[in-house]
Amino acid sequence: MKILVLIGNVPDTTTKIKFNADKTAFDASGVQWIINPWDELALTRAVELKEAHADKIESIVVANVGRAETEATLRKALAVGADEAIRIDADAKDAWYVASQLAKVAAGFDLILAGIEASDYNGSAVGGMLAEMLDMKSVSAVSGIELADGALKISREIDGGSQTLSMQTPLLAVVQKGIAKEPRIPAMRGIMMARKKPLNVVAAADAEEHTAFVGFELPAPKAACKMIAEDQAGELINLLHNEAKVL
Amino acid sequence: MSVLVYTENWDGKFKKVSFELASYAVALAESMQLPVAALSLGSVEASELEKLGAYGISKIYTDTNEGFNSLDNQAIAKAVSAAAVKAGATVVILAHNNLGKAVAPRLAVRLKAGLAAGVQGLPVTTSPFVVKKLVFTGKAFGHVSINSTVKVLTLAPNSFGLVEKATAASIETFDAGLVSADFATTIESTNKVTGKILLQDAEIVVSGGRGLKSGENWGQLEELAALLGAGTACSRPVSDEGWRPHGEHVGQTGKIIAPNLYFALGISGAIQHLGGVSSSKVIVAVNKDPEAPIFEAADYGIVGDVFKVLPQFIEAVKTIKSA
Amino acid sequence: MNFELTEEQLMIQQAARDYAQRELIKDVTERDTKAEFPTEHVRNLAELGFMGIMVDPKYDGSGMDTISYVLAMEELSKVDASASVIVSVNNSLVCYGIEKYGTEAQKEKFLKPLARGEKIGAFLLSEPEAGSDATSQRTTAEDKGDYYLVNGTKNWITNANSASTYVLIAQTHPEKKHKGINALLVDKNTPGISLGPHEDKMGMRSSDTHSVMFTDVKVPKENRIGEDGFGFKFAMKVLEGGRIGIAAQALGLAAGALERATAYAKERKAFGTVIANHQAIAFKLADMAVKVENARNLCLKAAWLKDQGKPFGVASAMAKQYAADIAMEVTTEAVQIHGGYGYVKEYHVERLMREAKLTQIYEGTSEIQKIVISRDLLK
Repeated sequence: MKILVLIGNVPDTTTKIKFNADKTAFDASGVQWIINPWDELALTRAVELKEAHADKIESIVVANVGRAETEATLRKALAVGADEAIRIDADAKDAWYVASQLAKVAAGFDLILAGIEASDYNGSAVGGMLAEMLDMKSVSAVSGIELADGALKISREIDGGSQTLSMQTPLLAVVQKGIAKEPRIPAMRGIMMARKKPLNVVAAADAEEHTAFVGFELPAPKAACKMIAEDQAGELINLLHNEAKVL
Repeated sequence: MSVLVYTENWDGKFKKVSFELASYAVALAESMQLPVAALSLGSVEASELEKLGAYGISKIYTDTNEGFNSLDNQAIAKAVSAAAVKAGATVVILAHNNLGKAVAPRLAVRLKAGLAAGVQGLPVTTSPFVVKKLVFTGKAFGHVSINSTVKVLTLAPNSFGLVEKATAASIETFDAGLVSADFATTIESTNKVTGKILLQDAEIVVSGGRGLKSGENWGQLEELAALLGAGTACSRPVSDEGWRPHGEHVGQTGKIIAPNLYFALGISGAIQHLGGVSSSKVIVAVNKDPEAPIFEAADYGIVGDVFKVLPQFIEAVKTIKSA
Repeated sequence: MNFELTEEQLMIQQAARDYAQRELIKDVTERDTKAEFPTEHVRNLAELGFMGIMVDPKYDGSGMDTISYVLAMEELSKVDASASVIVSVNNSLVCYGIEKYGTEAQKEKFLKPLARGEKIGAFLLSEPEAGSDATSQRTTAEDKGDYYLVNGTKNWITNANSASTYVLIAQTHPEKKHKGINALLVDKNTPGISLGPHEDKMGMRSSDTHSVMFTDVKVPKENRIGEDGFGFKFAMKVLEGGRIGIAAQALGLAAGALERATAYAKERKAFGTVIANHQAIAFKLADMAVKVENARNLCLKAAWLKDQGKPFGVASAMAKQYAADIAMEVTTEAVQIHGGYGYVKEYHVERLMREAKLTQIYEGTSEIQKIVISRDLLK
């Protein structure tokens, strides 16, 4: 079995978000970049599966769409345990564009893992779009993947509960929290081995874009918090009822 | 040209979010002077379908194929796509919930449509078609222009609300043309959450953090939630410790929610947590640390012990309810 | 000149940071209170490769450079100096010494499990009456033909109970003074070895420090490191490298305290604004930042010299003395900035302050470092 994990390069989750002067683009100055947290969990699960089923899983490949500066992210993925990385040399424009690029390198995989969203533009789209472009089955909100005999045992969250599924490969799983407990910290052995693993750069294909961000705004600052004494806590409930009128 | 809204059901009943979607679709169609139709997939009684009329839906397509119960992403995308073609839809609306998020991107590809996910309220402008959505996991808003002829939107739950508008709905049976081979999702077991408010649907959410000290201390929090008809949630350390299930984790890498009222009990309010809840209309914070960042985001706050405050909350809610 | 870290060095720094901020932080206060050895963390750190950072991969080490070691030590020490001293002793006193001066057989038998972190090591030099003055060793290793017979007591031994392998410094030929000293590899389970009680320390409370008593302990001759009488030189060489580890630890304590104080100053309000807006606090933070940066540069310079194969003894003494002394100053100021909160355990800075004190004392006091520095200056 060959696994492909889609990797996004996003600002560190503690980044203070700023935009340029006319508020049309994110201000990336001084930003530290990381693997999109959901993608990192997906990769961690792929590595765990390979460790548990070395006989069944042949390789883990990671792919992203980005310029040369995103290679640090891919090398970290190699250090964590991917066997090979592919970088499609283009700016990650909208989801359609990114999925179209990934579709060019995604043939021949039995299992494709994508994070449920990216922590920058929260598009929740690339995985599903790629599945449709590849005419591949997909399962979303996946919080568990196990290899069973000749099938994948998948846990997914549905609106109103959770389900266990039996799915055939090829499959694209859009994964969320719970798929792995914590993102894997690369061991030094892995960091050393990452040097020798292939990182292939692929030219971008022509592809359409259908959406564009035209502006950004930061949430309005909140009014000061109204403080109530600990022993008057009931009064707070009354305020919610009479003043805020949310009860 | 028209607006199509996919109204999901569960066990033959529309989900609450479906009525919000219907309200939204009707308002959007009105602003664009377009007709609006709803699509229902799976077996739903006519009496249930008609409920959509209360929110201004005049036309309902229904395909009662049992296969849709498998929630097969690809099959549902095919069906919604077929209905969109049939209705000549230029805007297709889904919920930004688990199923909507799964189906919308597949649907967008089928319709060669641009997708905006997690849209907040009506478009900023409809020509060009620009919608507002949360970005950077709740830390900012972005305005997205969708430039394709057909547009697919997923609406952030609780961002529009319910708008009643009594209308007579005509129901049309529709065959999306799916066969059993299309439903390749095999369900082995389903674990339904019953008697609890779904976090995404909840108008009130009561959330606990590390300040509750242990998984065994959730009794009063759950009691308060039950009294308020609220959903329960938690911060990341709590789900990491296994005190509560991962599904309850709100914040960056967990769920992003926007209830009318959010109680943050014993949650310090790390930036990652605030991102997931900052769109809540009113935030109440209880924390023993007066410097906790949660108070910066909160509207009402108490510096104190959660275990001293919770019983007072419960009493006060009971008093209001009995009044 | 190039101040850029390589991608690998950045990755190691981040890995150490992730482990410290995610895992060590969870129970660090509790372990400090209970003086509990971090057994599970040491196992995890071993899996991540932190117990044999600089050891050649052919001896099961991670094969990284000294700069990586400094980066890792800084990040671990920001959160938990007790855990980082275990790492430091194993890496720069035990593994380094065996790899550099041991025989192939010794490396095979002792170094490999230490580099993998399956076993940990301890370095036994200090004695009740010989701390800074390492020449006057009272512990004896009598030459009995095919083995040494060891008698004596070693003091303040980090990892004494948790270690399996001891690197022991003992006197074989008292008449030759320091030229009669030998370094021996000793299995802790050898009959005749006993431990004193767990030292109840002011800081670094979860590293296990004991005195170790040797009574007629037989150590095979093949366990001697280097030629007969090489022990003192060995110890001095090893301590040169060890100083870099402790310097980086002190740096981490200072940098961790600065991070906490900065975050606190941006949150805590007084007189209607956050205290960071008061110049009294802002200037304190600026002074702390300069000291931390200086210490970091000294540590990295010493590491770089070592990696380049150049003499680094004076540079590592400067790094150790300066980093340790500013760690004391910066952690004390961090407590001051925190006010009353700084004096309680929940805010960590009081612990960092207690731990910083030890960095001025062990592996060569600040005064001893000044002797090294001044002797070089005045020679």
